[in-house]
Amino acid sequence: MKALLVCEYREGKLQDGIYEAIAFAGRLGAGRSVLLIGRETELPRFDGKVIFADVAEAGEYHPALHRDLVAEAARREGADVVVLLHTSYGWDLAPRVAAALGATQVSEVVGLAEGGYEVPACTSKMRRVVRPRTPVTVVTLQPGAFPAGDERGGVPCLERLEVPKAAGAPLMGYEASGPKPVDLGRAEVIVSAGRGVGKKENLPTIAALAKALGGELGASRPVVDAGWLDHGRQVGTTGQTVAPRLYVACGISGAVQHLAGMKRAEFVVAINKDREAPIGEVADVLVVGDLHQIVPAVTARLEETR
Amino acid sequence: MKILVCVKQVPDTGARFRPNPAGTWYAEADLAFRMNEYDEHAVEEAIRLKEKLGGAPELTVLSVGPARVVEALRKALAMGCDRAVHVDDPAAADRDPWQVASVIAAWARGKGFDLVLTGMQSADRGSAQVGVLVAERLGLASATTAVAFECDGQAATVRRELEGGTRGVVRLPLPALVTCQLGLNVPRYPTLPNIMKAKKKPLEVVPVAGLLDEAPRAETLRFYEPPRRQGGRVIEGPLDRLVEELTAILKERALPARS
Ligand SMILES: Cc1cc2nc3c(=O)[nH]c(=O)nc-3n(C[C@H](O)[C@H](O)[C@H](O)COP(=O)(O)OP(=O)(O)OC[C@H]3O[C@@H](n4cnc5c(N)ncnc54)[C@H](O)[C@@H]3O)c2cc1C
Ligand SMILES: Nc1ncnc2c1ncn2[C@@H]1O[C@H](COP(=O)(O)O)[C@@H](O)[C@H]1O
Repeated sequence: MKALLVCEYREGKLQDGIYEAIAFAGRLGAGRSVLLIGRETELPRFDGKVIFADVAEAGEYHPALHRDLVAEAARREGADVVVLLHTSYGWDLAPRVAAALGATQVSEVVGLAEGGYEVPACTSKMRRVVRPRTPVTVVTLQPGAFPAGDERGGVPCLERLEVPKAAGAPLMGYEASGPKPVDLGRAEVIVSAGRGVGKKENLPTIAALAKALGGELGASRPVVDAGWLDHGRQVGTTGQTVAPRLYVACGISGAVQHLAGMKRAEFVVAINKDREAPIGEVADVLVVGDLHQIVPAVTARLEETR
Repeated sequence: MKILVCVKQVPDTGARFRPNPAGTWYAEADLAFRMNEYDEHAVEEAIRLKEKLGGAPELTVLSVGPARVVEALRKALAMGCDRAVHVDDPAAADRDPWQVASVIAAWARGKGFDLVLTGMQSADRGSAQVGVLVAERLGLASATTAVAFECDGQAATVRRELEGGTRGVVRLPLPALVTCQLGLNVPRYPTLPNIMKAKKKPLEVVPVAGLLDEAPRAETLRFYEPPRRQGGRVIEGPLDRLVEELTAILKERALPARS
């Protein structure tokens, strides 16, 4: 079995995800080569073949051109599996590559199981094992599912890939998505509100608990998207990564993108009316019940006994 | 101008899922279905564009699935789409993303859509593939994960959400396909008069048979509940006990560690 591992190069920097792809290929027991659309001065620390195309010619992202480069490298290497991370680069590019190669794509792989790949379903409440039926498979890996170990090392040998001319719509540039956020990264205690709080008018109750615990107010994405709190308070892959001593999740289901932002918390308490909510997987304590009843009562008790 | 919006009907994720008898997907009994959240943003964005361009574009909403998906189509009509297409596929749950995309592309091909909007991913399968595959099959330029969208009828400018608080800017000449991310807009609720009006809008039913010409590229071997992590404590029961226990835990944990 041969794997082609695709690097991601964003805002002038080689992304670390490639080491997770290398770890994954190790678990698969596959032979590995790496495709880098990047700079010759910044190579992955990898002891094998790196197929290299210059980012100055190919751009950091150009969907049609990158698709053609990945497909060409996969053919050249005789790859059975093409590996990307399930990131904004990977989920955009992978289906294009799969279509070009007549391959199956398996999205957001979290594990290997007998006969196939393990992927989440139903917002992580369930899992599936998927078996490809095509000779070539394109997979995207859930970030963090295959942590990089001591793979980093070695000096790659480079093989150049010609960058053809391509039509299409390249990435034109980057912009910051908003004002600098409140720094939740240093908070010792964070109490976060999720969609389960129901409406904006209920937020002061959650804020009161945060205050009673001497902590900061955080939020899951829907609370921010609805405009109830500003983006600076969002925890998760597209918000902040936090590592407080105590994290209290109120009405948050525990989607992977949220967990990625808070799973380094030392102690996690979740208040949720759904006993099966995936947040239960990372919670040290899951309180099953209605937050509208529990939160004010707990806040009152904390205030009276202080 | 012609715009196509693809919507999927998915179960409410608050539910408890159980495998079907074949163990390949969820059993539908007892589940409540709704329009996929990401697709609501796609519908809303299409309606806003129509309003902005003075009502000229014609909005078609399409869903592939069994009879129940008509509810999601009706909602899209009540929000403001002009016509709906139900590609009737009682076995839609068994199709892989490649097949679903091929069916949508087979229906849309040659119909002159200038813009196709889809959700970024579906809540149940969550492959984030169908939109891009439709574009690849139709030879359209495409961009995923739109958190801002502008269109002047000739080209679309999309801001893609990337990691780490960054957006990528892409300009797509039409015809093009865009997949919509959460937060792109705030979808409207259908009003009662619009719900009534929607009942008179055209809803065409197309059997899947004439559109499905691809075999599945993948199969599901198993569908199951992942083992829960051990060690976490679950507290349930009467409110006063919950409050008592939780208060004690929070007090202990919120205090700075004594060293
Ligand atoms: C590319 C991408 C990036 C993303 N980035 C982020 C991110 O950075 N951060 C983030 O948070 N999300 C992110 N998301 C969204 C994520 O997938 C989820 O949609 C989101 O985290 C869900 O938020 P939630 O848990 O508040 O809402 P829901 O999933 O709707 O959960 C609400 C919860 O509240 C519970 N509840 C309801 N009522 C009550 C009550 N009365 N009492 C107690 N519990 C109650 C329910 O049981 C449920 O578990 C991203 C998604 C994508 C695709
Ligand atoms: N059965 C379907 N009918 C119509 N549109 C669909 C269907 N399945 C997926 N889509 C569209 O494709 C997007 C991505 O779905 P998925 O690839 O399943 O994550 C969804 O948000 C929908 O817009």
